[in-house]
Amino acid sequence: MAILLIAEHDNSVLKPATLHALTAAQEIGGEIDILVVGVGCAAAADHASKVAGVRKVLLADNAVYDHEIAENVAALVVDVAAGYDHLIAPAVSNAKNFMPRVAALLDVGQISDVIKVESADTFQRPIYAGNAIATVQSLDTVKVLTIRATGFDAAPAEGGSAGIEVLGQVLDAGVSRLVSEEMAVSDRPELTSARVIISGGRGMGDKAHFDMLDKVADKLGAAVGATRAAVDAGFVPNDMQIGQTGKIVAPELYIGVGLSGAIQHLAGMKDSKVIVAINKDEDAPIFQVADYGLVADLFEAVPELEKAL
Amino acid sequence: MKVLVTVKRVIDYNVKVRVNADQTDVDLKNVKMAVNPFCEIAVEQAVRLKEAGKASEIIVVSMGAKAAQEQLRTALAMGADRAIHIESDETLESLSVAKILAKIVAEEAPGLVLMGKQSIDTDNNQTGQMLAALTGLAQGTFVSGVEVGENEVQVVREIDGGLQTLALKLPAVLTVDLRLNEPRYASLPNIMKAKKKPLDVKTPADYGVEVKANTRLLKVTPPPERQAGIKVASVAELVDKLKNEAKVI
Ligand SMILES: Cc1cc2nc3c(=O)[nH]c(=O)nc-3n(C[C@H](O)[C@H](O)[C@H](O)COP(=O)(O)OP(=O)(O)OC[C@H]3O[C@@H](n4cnc5c(N)ncnc54)[C@H](O)[C@@H]3O)c2cc1C
Ligand SMILES: Nc1ncnc2c1ncn2[C@@H]1O[C@H](COP(=O)(O)O)[C@@H](O)[C@H]1O
Repeated sequence: MAILLIAEHDNSVLKPATLHALTAAQEIGGEIDILVVGVGCAAAADHASKVAGVRKVLLADNAVYDHEIAENVAALVVDVAAGYDHLIAPAVSNAKNFMPRVAALLDVGQISDVIKVESADTFQRPIYAGNAIATVQSLDTVKVLTIRATGFDAAPAEGGSAGIEVLGQVLDAGVSRLVSEEMAVSDRPELTSARVIISGGRGMGDKAHFDMLDKVADKLGAAVGATRAAVDAGFVPNDMQIGQTGKIVAPELYIGVGLSGAIQHLAGMKDSKVIVAINKDEDAPIFQVADYGLVADLFEAVPELEKAL
Repeated sequence: MKVLVTVKRVIDYNVKVRVNADQTDVDLKNVKMAVNPFCEIAVEQAVRLKEAGKASEIIVVSMGAKAAQEQLRTALAMGADRAIHIESDETLESLSVAKILAKIVAEEAPGLVLMGKQSIDTDNNQTGQMLAALTGLAQGTFVSGVEVGENEVQVVREIDGGLQTLALKLPAVLTVDLRLNEPRYASLPNIMKAKKKPLDVKTPADYGVEVKANTRLLKVTPPPERQAGIKVASVAELVDKLKNEAKVI
C-alpha cells in the first residue's frame, strides 16, 4: 500500500499540521511519500526528506503553484496519483480548497476531517459541529482524506533521509489570478499549535479591550483566539476565529473570556485539555465544559489574572 | 446573467443534536429543520446581485427528500425566481450532488453558481469544489466578499492566515462564508408570492446520473463527555489550581 501526503508548509519548513497528518498516515500503514508543492519551497522539501518514515519526497516548485491555486494544485495531485491507495492532507484552508477537486477528478468521494483511523478504509469524523462522531467506511478504490490535526499527535520531524524527486509538470488552468493577500502578522504562536490559548468573545466589548488578553498571552506564551461574534463585531481579524467554521484547536490550556460557549464555538475547542471560563453570567453554557469556572466581570478579573501570573 | 444557488435542508443550527438509540444516525424526528445557514447567505448574495442589476434570474436547487421543497419556498420568498427540486430518498453524497449540479450547470449555463461553504449537518465542505472540478469552472471558496465585473468576479476569501483576494474568470463557482452578508427575512407578502413561483421536480435519473455510495456509514456515536468542572471563587484560586492541580502554567 502507498500513501501520498500533500504537505502544508511555509516554503522553509513543514507546518505542524503536516506532521499530525503524517501520524494518521502511519496509522493507515504503508509506504508514505510527501508532496511539497508551491513556489520557492525547496527548503520545505529538504525538511520533509528528514522526517522519519518517509519513502520519498516529491517537489513541484513552480510559479503556477504560487499560493496553492486550487485548480493547479489539484491537477498536479491527480497527475501523480497513480499507484497511491490513499491521498491525504491536513485539514487546513489550502487542502480544504484543493482536495475535494482531487476526489471529484478521480471520481471518488472525500472523507473530511478524519479524527481517528480504525483501519485502512474506516475512519471516524465529527458531524453536526462535533455533536456526533460518524464511523465511515470508504467504498472507493482510492481514499481521499483530510486529517484534523487535533485527532493525532505530531510525528517527529527528524530521523529520516528520503530522496527528493523533482517534478516537472507545469499545470495551469488559467482561470484564476491572485490579486492580493492580507496576512495577519503576529509574533505569537499559531492558534492551531499553541500550548495555551486565551480567547475573547462579544463580552470584550471593544477592539481595544483585546489588549488585556494580549498582556495575559505575553505572560503565558499563549495565542489569542476569538468567537465569531468578536470577529463579526470587528474586534479582531477572521483568522482568529475558533469553532465549527474557524480553527479547530486543542491546547493544554484554553481560557475563554466573555464568551457564552455556543455549540459552534465549542466545536472548535472542546477537546482542549484544561478549559477555563471567565464570564459574569453564572448560567453561561461555557461553564458546562469548563474545568475551572470563574463568575466575574472580565474587566476586573483579566487584569487581576495578568498581575497574578 | 443567470445565477444558480444551492440550498440544503438541514437541522436548525440552534437544535442540540442527539444520537439515536441504535447509534445509526442522529435523531431527526420532530426536530426543527431549516435552510443551511451558509446557503441562506448564498441566496441573499444572489438577490443582492439581482437588485444591483448584475443578475437576471435566480434559480435555486435543492436535492433530497420531498420536504426540501419547504427550503426552496423559503429561498423563493427571499427573492429567487424559480426552483428545481431533485427528489431522492437515497442519501446523496457530495460527489453525486456535484454530478447532478454539473448537469444543471450545463443545461442552464449560469454565470455564477453560489453555494454554501459547508453543510452544518455533515460538515463536509467539499461539494462546491467538486462541482468546480467537474465543470472546469473557476473556483472561489470561503468567500466573504464578491465583486462581479464584466468577465471576471473578484472574491475575498477567508483563509488560515488572513484574507486573500482572487480574480476568477466567469462563469465561476463560489462557496460562501458567514461574513459575506446578513440574510434578510422573507416578508409575509413575499412568502405568499413564493407559493406561486415555479418549482420543477426532477430525479437524479432525469439527469442521467446514477447515484452511487462512496462511503458506508457504520455507526454514529456521541462524542466523549467532558467531566463537569468546578467554580473557583477568585482569580487567586484560579491561578493556584492551574499551577498546582492542573499543572498547566
Ligand atoms: C453556521 C454557523 C457557524 C458558526 N460558527 C462559529 C464559529 O466557528 N465560531 C464561533 O465562535 N461562533 C460561530 N457561530 C456563532 C455562534 O452561534 C455564537 O453566536 C457565537 O459563538 C457567540 O459568540 P460569543 O460567545 O462571543 O457571544 P455571546 O453569545 O453574545 O456571549 C457573550 C458572553 O459574554 C459575557 N459577558 C459580557 N460582558 C461580560 C463581562 N463584562 N465580563 C464577563 N463576561 C461578560 C456574557 O455573559 C455572554 O455569556 C456560528 C453560527 C452559525 C449559525
Ligand atoms: N443535497 C443538497 N442539496 C442542495 N445543495 C447541497 C446539497 N448538498 C450540498 N449542497 C450544497 O453544497 C454546500 C456544501 O456542502 P457540503 O460539501 O456537504 O459541506 C452546501 O452548503 C450546499 O450549498
